Amino acid sequence: MKYVDEYRDPVLARRLLDELRRTVTQPWAIMEVCGGQTHTLLRNGIDELVQPLVRLVHGPGCPVCVTPLELIDKALAIAAQPGVIFTSFGDMLRVPGSSDDLLRVRARGGDVRIVYSPLDAVRIAAENPGRNVVFFAVGFETTAPATALAVVDAKRRGLTNFSLLVSHVLVPPAIEAILSAPASQIQGFLAAGHVCTVVGFEEYFALTDRYKVPIVVTGFEPVDLLEGILMTVRQLEQGRHEVENQYARSVKRAGNSTARALLDQVYEVCDRPWRGIGVLARSGLRLNAEYHAFDAETRFAVEGIHTVEPPECRSGEVLQGLIRPEQCPEFATRCTPERPLGAPMVSSEGACAAYYRYGRRARPVASEPIPS
Amino acid sequence: MCLGVPGLVVERESAEADMPSAVIEFAGVRRVVCVACVPEAEVGDYVIVHAGLAISRLDAEEAERVLECLRAIGEDEGWTGETQPAANESSS
Repeated sequence: MKYVDEYRDPVLARRLLDELRRTVTQPWAIMEVCGGQTHTLLRNGIDELVQPLVRLVHGPGCPVCVTPLELIDKALAIAAQPGVIFTSFGDMLRVPGSSDDLLRVRARGGDVRIVYSPLDAVRIAAENPGRNVVFFAVGFETTAPATALAVVDAKRRGLTNFSLLVSHVLVPPAIEAILSAPASQIQGFLAAGHVCTVVGFEEYFALTDRYKVPIVVTGFEPVDLLEGILMTVRQLEQGRHEVENQYARSVKRAGNSTARALLDQVYEVCDRPWRGIGVLARSGLRLNAEYHAFDAETRFAVEGIHTVEPPECRSGEVLQGLIRPEQCPEFATRCTPERPLGAPMVSSEGACAAYYRYGRRARPVASEPIPS
Repeated sequence: MCLGVPGLVVERESAEADMPSAVIEFAGVRRVVCVACVPEAEVGDYVIVHAGLAISRLDAEEAERVLECLRAIGEDEGWTGETQPAANESSS
């Protein structure tokens, strides 16, 4: 298909790889922020092909993984209530809460439904006026316009039985948290192309100035990723630190103005805890006063939540790029996709799941001399 | 979750003022998608769809310009095009 096949062309990929080898004079550490990109890199073996020229470090861009445990426990408590239809993207169903997951709530009789779009959840609410329909609004800036539109649609239809359990998070504060950590070794970033499709990339200029790192807005196909890596490396080799846009076929500097207006209409920025990382200032979105009535957290009083994280799960370090998944002693032993200790092992964007699925078990790094 | 899928606009549904929608074809599969955020999309355009909502109309000129640049990489380095691709070619 157009816009897919060209960007999976192995001949173009090889040219980019050859050009990368000609460009690099020393090894560089680059973080891809988005978990979807992590999976494409590993599925296509790009992480191994670019070694040892470039070490790819995987970032926190897995919304399912960073959703706070307390909110997951709240979701489980709401989903178990009689009369509730709890709707969610499929990725969320097997994410472990303190002692349960949504799949088990459903097995015990809870009405938990996977939907493709939050707009489908509004339709379910319209068709079930006697039931309370909740949508678990998890996701980055890419997803927030769809949930905003859902709540606008529900309000317009006069639906009083629809609400959102909101856990939206924002990418730039997470990048800043990683850059400002004393242990950070990241020298450049691939910014997530679909987040920037919605909100643009103007916020990144302050980060490239302050932290002197290149940030390249990058797409999702193998050729996109290789070009994004090459553009980042060129900047590093030339001592530049700029915002560049590899994914210009989808991303404009100011993003999508209609989508941004929807976010402004429905949400306001708030501080938010990230699972495994901690509270990041101004890193989340919550419903504003006008849409407060659609907030599931106020509609359902859920008391007495005591969160319990498995102490052996090191997903917080994985999410910050401090360790690779296979460096966790529980990886592929006590923690597997069938019996996950943490969310990164079950999410389709989790780094642990990618390492498990594509066979990146502990093994020596392929060695290849850096061309002089 | 930030997965966005490119698809071809094959039909604009009657402009229901509140929730404009279109039929989008994704590699053979057709689906009705909300196009409220890309009101300019017309039949024949490609859009990126995420969670049932089109979030951008792909810029054909920009895409072609980038591909031309990529195809030119290595041309002046005597690259013959005979190197076997090392990347895993499976397209999933």
